[in-house]
Amino acid sequence: MSGLRRFLLRLYTFLFPARAERELQREIEAHLGLIEEDFKQGGMSPDEARRAARRAFGGVEQNRELARDERSFLWLEDLRRDTRHAFRLLARNPGFSLVVILTLGIGIGGATAGFSVVHRVLLEPLPFQESDRLVTVLHVMPGMTSAEMPLSQAMYLTFREHSKTLEEIGLWKGATVTITGLGEPERVNVVQVTDRLFPLLGVSAHLGRLYTLSEVSPGSEYPILLSWDYWVQHFAADPSAIGQSLRVNGTLHEIIGILPQGSDVIFGDPAPGLYLPLIVDPSRLQVGNWSFPSVARLRPGVTLEEANDDLTGLTELATEFYPGIPLSELEARHFGTLVHPLREDLVGKVSRVLWLVFAAACLVLLVASANVAGLHLVRAEARKRDLAVRKSIGASPGRIARQMLAESSLLGLLGGGVGLLLSWGGLPLLLRLSPQDLPRLKSVALDPMVLLFALSLSLAVGLSFGLIPALLTGRRNFSETLGEGRVTSVGTRSSSGLQIRTLLVVGQVAAALVLLIAAGLMVRSFQALMSVPPGFQQPEEVLTFRLSIPSTSAQSGAEVARRHEQILRRIKALPSVASASAATSVVMDRWDSWNDVQVEDFPELDTQPRPLRRFNWIAPDYFRTLRNDLLAGREFEWADLYLRRPVAIITENLARELWQEPRRAIGRRIRSDKETLWLEIVGVVGNVHTSGVAEDPPAVLYMPLLLGEFWGGKDFTWRQLRYAVRTRGTGAISILPDVRRAVWSVDRALPLFQVATLEEILARSVSRWSFALVMLGVAAGVALLLGIVGVYGVISYGMARRAHEVGIRMVLGARPSDIGWMVLRQGVMVAATGVVIGLVAASSLAHLVSTLLFDVQPVDPLTYGFVSALLALVVVLASYLPARRASRLDPVKAVKET
Amino acid sequence: MSSKEFQRVELLQGTLDLIILRAFATMGPLHAYALASRLEQLSDHQLSLNQGTVYPALIRMEQKGWIKGTWKRTENNREAKYYSITKSGSRALQRERERWRRFSSLVDKLLLNGETL
Repeated sequence: MSGLRRFLLRLYTFLFPARAERELQREIEAHLGLIEEDFKQGGMSPDEARRAARRAFGGVEQNRELARDERSFLWLEDLRRDTRHAFRLLARNPGFSLVVILTLGIGIGGATAGFSVVHRVLLEPLPFQESDRLVTVLHVMPGMTSAEMPLSQAMYLTFREHSKTLEEIGLWKGATVTITGLGEPERVNVVQVTDRLFPLLGVSAHLGRLYTLSEVSPGSEYPILLSWDYWVQHFAADPSAIGQSLRVNGTLHEIIGILPQGSDVIFGDPAPGLYLPLIVDPSRLQVGNWSFPSVARLRPGVTLEEANDDLTGLTELATEFYPGIPLSELEARHFGTLVHPLREDLVGKVSRVLWLVFAAACLVLLVASANVAGLHLVRAEARKRDLAVRKSIGASPGRIARQMLAESSLLGLLGGGVGLLLSWGGLPLLLRLSPQDLPRLKSVALDPMVLLFALSLSLAVGLSFGLIPALLTGRRNFSETLGEGRVTSVGTRSSSGLQIRTLLVVGQVAAALVLLIAAGLMVRSFQALMSVPPGFQQPEEVLTFRLSIPSTSAQSGAEVARRHEQILRRIKALPSVASASAATSVVMDRWDSWNDVQVEDFPELDTQPRPLRRFNWIAPDYFRTLRNDLLAGREFEWADLYLRRPVAIITENLARELWQEPRRAIGRRIRSDKETLWLEIVGVVGNVHTSGVAEDPPAVLYMPLLLGEFWGGKDFTWRQLRYAVRTRGTGAISILPDVRRAVWSVDRALPLFQVATLEEILARSVSRWSFALVMLGVAAGVALLLGIVGVYGVISYGMARRAHEVGIRMVLGARPSDIGWMVLRQGVMVAATGVVIGLVAASSLAHLVSTLLFDVQPVDPLTYGFVSALLALVVVLASYLPARRASRLDPVKAVKET
Repeated sequence: MSSKEFQRVELLQGTLDLIILRAFATMGPLHAYALASRLEQLSDHQLSLNQGTVYPALIRMEQKGWIKGTWKRTENNREAKYYSITKSGSRALQRERERWRRFSSLVDKLLLNGETL
């Protein structure tokens, strides 16, 4: 009790010392007065009495200090005094302080912004219980496709029932549905989930309950779950939403639960609004159809390898149990299972980019720090005399060091403050540029962890600057320094400060070169990416969106196709529209259908392992709209559809693979499997990079939107298509209102969703590169600028120190050009050493960025050569100015004045 | 250092508080000078005490709420800060005395036993 009281009082007197200080002063004076009076009464003279009183009292100042320590916290008081002193010093040198604070601010700001993204997206564990045991299970089939495939329902059931390494497994699949009855009809992203998916994550309903096993079984009138966001947006977070019904694709379903916030991380972008049950019917399953992402929880202590072996071993069981693909065929294609940590799977390839950007930011911070360290060294030189005087008066080396540390930590903290401001302002920009398919990107913020990072970074940087000059001056013989006076060193003798600065500058040049090379490689990759013909032209003219024909407006396949045609005709009738078409997938929009094909000419292929082909169902005018030229044959026409002609169009690579020449493919026949019709190839089109320009173009089989018979169904068609509308040279997005009106004139209130221009889709597919490019570009630019400042600073400073020497040299007959060259040579040396070190560092680090390179070697001679030459030139130019100044020095003045 | 000074007793940590509290308890309000003089007198000048050294103890005890200081006039009409013991100070004194007694008897016992061995 009294202990706490005392602590609070001490704290109070630390914060408000004035009153207590006055009180103590008054008390001590009164005390001295009383002793003095006693002594006077004892017969001493006033002078003697005063001296005796002081003796009896003991050292007034020491006692006062002891009292202060008792009253408050002495170390805190000291800290405050040092800080105040440091503030005063910094204010006396506003130029120096400002440069240091800004330089550090840029460095710390960049590193902090980078850290905030890396921390939230890559480092923070997923918000689930024991998330390190969460994995996703994938399949690989190297004999068929290089891609990793998700699970099939048959494999899921096998794993769920027979795995010894998985505690639990869940399956999910994204889809879209139309919700009516809540204002305007709305297309909503949903995720279908199996019953154990949320429980295995450790997620329970925020309100209501999750699915039971019977609710995900076939034939049940399934209920639905709402995501947190959907609940907040459409039900204003009203708990009475539970028990209400929503009309999903025309039928009513009861809402039984609300999911908690943040539980949708694993489903990626776009986040689902609703959850529907994923109904698995064991009686109708085949081994194949690998299209369901999974989440599983490993049993405690199980390693990824053990799980891999266990699950791969279950392939045989699955093929015995379910029809479809026999074991021999799977084995021929090297079918296997791959267990990935869930977090790694979510972040995927992008983690490299983020680490790279963070590393670049840290490198910039180092370059900035080198500049600041250089400035500190200069100042330490300048303050040598001042410090020597203070030391000779009696300041202890510890005391001096502490004061310098206080000063540099203060600089570090102020720089950190500026850095925080910069990253606070720059973070939204960074997030806008970064690839959008990152989990948790939207929640990146300057949270306490990031603030802590910035604080410790600032302190660490500040303290390390303080240490260099403190060590440098701490050792120095002060009487020597005092004796030196203003006679500066003559001749080649250079101080250790200047040597260290030169080293720092060399390091800066090297670091800047590494960043410039990284940025250069990105520029080259990006150029290469942009020069790949993607399979369409003028993407900025093409507006795309998805549309789904509801069963209320068209029943049969033919009616659905007719509806699509009607809508397309209305759109084409718009004056600003050049052409329009639709397909199950326009490029790079994440709609995939990969299947086996059989070719009439090559029956022997059926028994061999062969790659999967991409299927795409399209409307007429598709290639005209995208501007992908036909190499042979023709496009589909509406007559093909309505006459149910079994026709197909293939891409150039498939035609060349089978028949060497596109023209020879025309008239050949191809089919999906034994059960479907042979399709006659009527056209060959150019390759299309449907998975993004960085990926190889897959072989694509295009089929008409309406087929008489396919995969066991009559009048096979697709209700949901992506429409593509090419304008007559106007901006694509500007015609959206007209297009929407045209759609609604056919089917009122049909929602258009996933609206994007083709250009946006293309940009999104290269966002990883553009992001890396911009970020590395900025980092390299800043590093270059700081490097130039550093070089210029160190050379002109060295010049100034040697002005006296230069003057003497000139008096003795050195020509101005000799002097200029002498100074310039220093710059050349710095540039050469820095570039060599930078080249070695860059080439040994280059493999780190190799996954991001496209069509460029990690050690690309052109990039390395060009960038090195550029940097060397800039560095030499930066030392040219001081060199010129040196050559124009007035020798008499120089000798006299210095 | 003279031999006389050498024989002066150095105070054990914490005992100064006890002695000062005891002085306030028996003699009523005192100012720092009177207190310091009194302590020297009581110890027959065996106690090594610069007068200023009582201040840390006074500050510590005032912050703990054991004593309370008020400015008053001395008999000679000079101003001085008089400290007096508070209720919680009296309780603390009792506690500290008890502790000291136990401690010193323990030390006594240990030392005496050592002598008889």
